[in-house]
Amino acid sequence: MSALAPVSQVAGDPGIHPVASAPETQKRSWTAYLLLLPGVLWLGVFFLLPLVQLAAVSLQSRYPGFPGYYYRDVNFSNYAAALTDYAPHFARSFLYAGLATFLAFVIAYPLAYAMAFKAGKWRNLMMICVIAPFFTSFILRTFAWSQILADEGWVAGTLNFLNLLPGGAIINTPVAVVAGLTYNFLPFMVLPIYASLERADPRVIEAGGDLYANGFTTFRTVTLPMSMPGVLAGTLLTFIPAAGDFVNMELLGPQRGKMVGNVINDQFLAIPGGYPVAAALSFTLMAAILAMVFLYVRRFGTDELV
Amino acid sequence: MTPIPRRSRRHMSPPAAALAQAASGSLSRRALLGTGLAAGTGLALTGCAPPEPPSGGVASLDLPTDLSDEEKILKWANWTAYLDMNGKETRSPTLEAFMEQTGIEVSYTEDIDDNDSYYAKVGPQLRAGQSIDRDIITLTDWMAARVIRDQLCQPLELIQMPNVVSNLLQPLKDVSFDPGRQNSITWQSGFAGIGYNREKVGRELRSLDDLWTDDLKGRIVVLSEFRDTAGLVMQSQGVDIDSDWGRAEFESALDFIEQKIDEGYIRRVKGNSYMEDLTSGNAVAGITWSGDIFVLAYDTEDPNWTFTIPESGGTLWSDNMMVPITSTHRRNAQKLMDYYYDPAVAAQVAAWVNYVCPVDGAQAEMEKIDPELAESPWIFPTAEFIADSNIQQFRVLSADEDIEFADLWSSNVMGN
Repeated sequence: MSALAPVSQVAGDPGIHPVASAPETQKRSWTAYLLLLPGVLWLGVFFLLPLVQLAAVSLQSRYPGFPGYYYRDVNFSNYAAALTDYAPHFARSFLYAGLATFLAFVIAYPLAYAMAFKAGKWRNLMMICVIAPFFTSFILRTFAWSQILADEGWVAGTLNFLNLLPGGAIINTPVAVVAGLTYNFLPFMVLPIYASLERADPRVIEAGGDLYANGFTTFRTVTLPMSMPGVLAGTLLTFIPAAGDFVNMELLGPQRGKMVGNVINDQFLAIPGGYPVAAALSFTLMAAILAMVFLYVRRFGTDELV
Repeated sequence: MTPIPRRSRRHMSPPAAALAQAASGSLSRRALLGTGLAAGTGLALTGCAPPEPPSGGVASLDLPTDLSDEEKILKWANWTAYLDMNGKETRSPTLEAFMEQTGIEVSYTEDIDDNDSYYAKVGPQLRAGQSIDRDIITLTDWMAARVIRDQLCQPLELIQMPNVVSNLLQPLKDVSFDPGRQNSITWQSGFAGIGYNREKVGRELRSLDDLWTDDLKGRIVVLSEFRDTAGLVMQSQGVDIDSDWGRAEFESALDFIEQKIDEGYIRRVKGNSYMEDLTSGNAVAGITWSGDIFVLAYDTEDPNWTFTIPESGGTLWSDNMMVPITSTHRRNAQKLMDYYYDPAVAAQVAAWVNYVCPVDGAQAEMEKIDPELAESPWIFPTAEFIADSNIQQFRVLSADEDIEFADLWSSNVMGN
């Protein structure tokens, strides 16, 4: 390296002398790897190691007669248990997460649109309002909802007074869980959509009008496609954490009909010797989400995302 | 050489191998993931020889050197609202007196929220011989049994604790999980029974069956501690929970509870956070712990909160102080345990926490603080009261039953 370096300097403009440019690129590529190093190390230590560890745990067997002990094994029955016993929980998780993602999209798009095109001087204020919930802990906010939606709270009280609440309660129903998920992950939907709308060139949208498209057609053929990267990112950022969430179900949900996150939590913490099944459940959840995301991105993906 | 069976959290070799392999190989993200997984499974495959039985926490009880004389410190893990606290709930008068008396600096933390989750956190560390940075942990009987069985706590020198020896209530001197109290000392005891708001319910609740009525439908919470909830239900089904019964009786109680959940009578099965449902009005009655209801009545200034033992009986449990196997301050811990067995100190604590006081002579001291509390059967129950109310302790489960029942409870009642 050190022998080559002066040569390239002597050679001068690498554009004219392509032979001399090789060490130059090599040097640059080394720098690139060096720059990558912290990220790779981080991923290795905090993502890859735990992942391998989890995979190993998910194949262990309980040590008979010794609660809390395992031995290393290739025990796929953990996965069988995860898939057979807890299939409904997986289905429920994906259903609730899907509903929450859809609702978040329906709420977030107009909001992001307004922020990007109509807000004017209010834009910063709206932005702060979207981000403000992050200043409080996720758990605290969900707790707050459990108080707001409580039977004797004003929401349930008013609805009950008007006879609009069939079951008599909001809290401890699936409705509360989906509402909680929607609320908690809404900013993750708003921000990417806003970012892509805000970047969109307004002249292109104007051009739609100039070409005699009405408002709806312009939106459908110009604005919406331009914001698709944001929509895609937003739906992923909402769906993935929502599918694995257990806090909303724990604090707002009913006793029956838990999500897969709650089962994992229980297996880890409440059942002596539940680690392997919990790990198998985590892995299955991860794989299922990965598969869904893969298909989704292939179908709707754009170059800008990956 | 057969491999030693391992706790799940101690595998370092597969990840390390994976990292080494990944570092030498190509570096695309996907390839990295692939080699990692392959290495993990590969090592797992080589490791499935028949296992040797685990040896418990330490092979022979070789205790860490006690540094109590050099280090005048003590770290105590306890549950919330479980020690006398003044005004702003930050300082405890009895604890401060202890610190003054002995010069031992006590750091008191309320970090136990639930037996299972606490032990799931510290158990693996103790098994690995690591410090958990606590010198006293306070766990319920059945969990104390598990800790003692796993040899994860230190034997105590009763001879150093004269107050404990002379003042520990007779029935608590020889408990099944710790004969002769060589490993654990009772902190407080309590009952599980029916807690309810008399005004909101509109009538007296006397038996467990009084809970399953249409006007209370969906307004009942029960404890996630199965020894209490299933215990009470088993009692109502005529089982003596402290004597011999088997899986059939337990399952029949589970069926009953599941049915009540499915029919919508029981709204939630919860840990200590059931208090929130009672406070917010989502629930007006349930299977609860005794002291909590008195605290609730005090906090909400609503004397309608009532605790009662159902006609078919209730459960009695205790929480126990233990010194974790890796603690180096056992002597300091023993001093504190002994201090809280001084009847005057015990009465001071009991007057605040309202749980059953395990200290003989505290009742006489309570007369001086609050004569009314000295008469309370919830703090100083007489043997007749316990017998008449059919208050029993859930029998000790064998290691296998422990897992089996926890599994049944968790998959059928908790996480379905």
